[in-house]
Amino acid sequence: MITPTAVALEDAKVAFRLGDDRVYTAVEKAHLAVAQGEFVAIVGPTGCGKSTLLNVAAGLLKPAAGSIKIFDRPLTGLNRDAGYLFQADALFPWKTALDNVAIGLEIAGTPRAEALQRAQKWLTSVGLGAFANRYPHMLSGGQRKRVALAQVLIRDPKILLMDEPFGPLDAQTRQVMGNLLLDLWNADRKAVLFVTHDLEEAIALADRVVIMSAGPSSRIIGDWRVSLPRPRDIFEVRLDKEFHALHREIWSVLKDEVMKGYVQSTQAAEAI
Amino acid sequence: MSRLTLLSLQVLVAVVCIVLWQVLSTVPVFGKILLPPFFFSNPVDVFSQIVKWFSSGVIWKHLWITLVESLLAFVIGSLGGVLVGFWFARQPLVAAVFDPYVKMVNALPRVVLAPIFALWLGLGIWSKVALGVTLVFFIVFFNVYQGVKEVSRTVLDNGRMLGMSERQLMQHVYWPSALSWMFSSLHTSVGFAVVGAVVGEYLGSAAGLGYLIQQAEGIFDVAGVFAGMFVLSAFVILIDFGVTLVERRLLVWRPTVDGRG
Repeated sequence: MITPTAVALEDAKVAFRLGDDRVYTAVEKAHLAVAQGEFVAIVGPTGCGKSTLLNVAAGLLKPAAGSIKIFDRPLTGLNRDAGYLFQADALFPWKTALDNVAIGLEIAGTPRAEALQRAQKWLTSVGLGAFANRYPHMLSGGQRKRVALAQVLIRDPKILLMDEPFGPLDAQTRQVMGNLLLDLWNADRKAVLFVTHDLEEAIALADRVVIMSAGPSSRIIGDWRVSLPRPRDIFEVRLDKEFHALHREIWSVLKDEVMKGYVQSTQAAEAI
Repeated sequence: MSRLTLLSLQVLVAVVCIVLWQVLSTVPVFGKILLPPFFFSNPVDVFSQIVKWFSSGVIWKHLWITLVESLLAFVIGSLGGVLVGFWFARQPLVAAVFDPYVKMVNALPRVVLAPIFALWLGLGIWSKVALGVTLVFFIVFFNVYQGVKEVSRTVLDNGRMLGMSERQLMQHVYWPSALSWMFSSLHTSVGFAVVGAVVGEYLGSAAGLGYLIQQAEGIFDVAGVFAGMFVLSAFVILIDFGVTLVERRLLVWRPTVDGRG
């Protein structure tokens, strides 16, 4: 049986019109397929357009050329099969944690009582059962990410798009969140596209690690399969020999791009 | 500093001021009264005037009129400000076309409109309400306009990705954001509603606190003017206290209000 492709980017190019008539090409000819149930991490240096690529998959951005298919159908408008976990705080600050989680169901027409009940269950499964009535500003950064995770997962999207979701968190909280994510993902194995700049995080979480070159006009320059056994504990998987070998191999490619990206960003700053 | 010390120091300021006022306006210093009673009255007279107003019940009617005018000005001005603010923020073309006129009207000191309103709407409460509305409207309008335009891009995208339609985005994102901006200016806009009412009364009316002060002034009753000012201050402080209570209830989700409270 061939597993269907959840997300397929075919030679997608993303370009932005700058203020004057110049055009900035963020991503050049990206070709990427995520199978159903597959966890793919995209890693690249800062400013390589990995978030841009994710926004294309979400339908928030249109590719300038090439195409994007979701479950073999061309994507027009927003990707209704996807849940999106943002890097920045995206919770509604005027809603309690419970209402924030329930909102996805409510707008889809689920009766409020039922939506709240299911939201409470989800809050409990991300470990925040006792925080239902807190507003986002009363929660820590890690707790807000948990609420955001519940907010996305309660709608049961077939595809999960994650844009450095744990980026703003401290190192320990990131690992705890990574394990939580893996636990929840293990339950029904959605297709995941996970953007990060942290190679260790990518290897620990994903089935496949995709490397992008430094921007502008970045492209995909490498694709590694991670065959570490599941279920994984990301505290322990980092001690694995295979993990180290893979890390060394990918880093040898990534390192050059990180340096290039660094040089380009400093030059750009000087040009301004 | 403990609360008690602070409170006693605060009371001390008032006591010193009042005693100084009383002494300087009644006891001659080097054979001369420094604060002539004709211009400065004295605290005892002012206080007995206030007591007289409240014991005879005259004041209630005036307080009521000023309160009604302020509330009407606040409600109508806010409603207009919210609607137009929303409209402009969602229709950039409309906002661009009207921008110079909005700036022009807002630059105009509103007091000069009072005679026109009196002419159009008579000396009853509506000319005062109209003056208050022109003050409140712009505060609420600018805040709502800003609030709708500055909704966080991420929160908006999140709403879209969660499946919200334009109408649902309005209800769950734009509206709460705009309201929070409006409430953040609640103290200012309520204050301006009172200013509109009192200034309007002062310039021509038959009732209200402004009328009371203007009448006293007309017959050189300085004690009456000061008494009116004190009642007015107390009135505004009470209203402001009410606003604080409302604000605390409505903006529980905001960190700043919590911090202040």
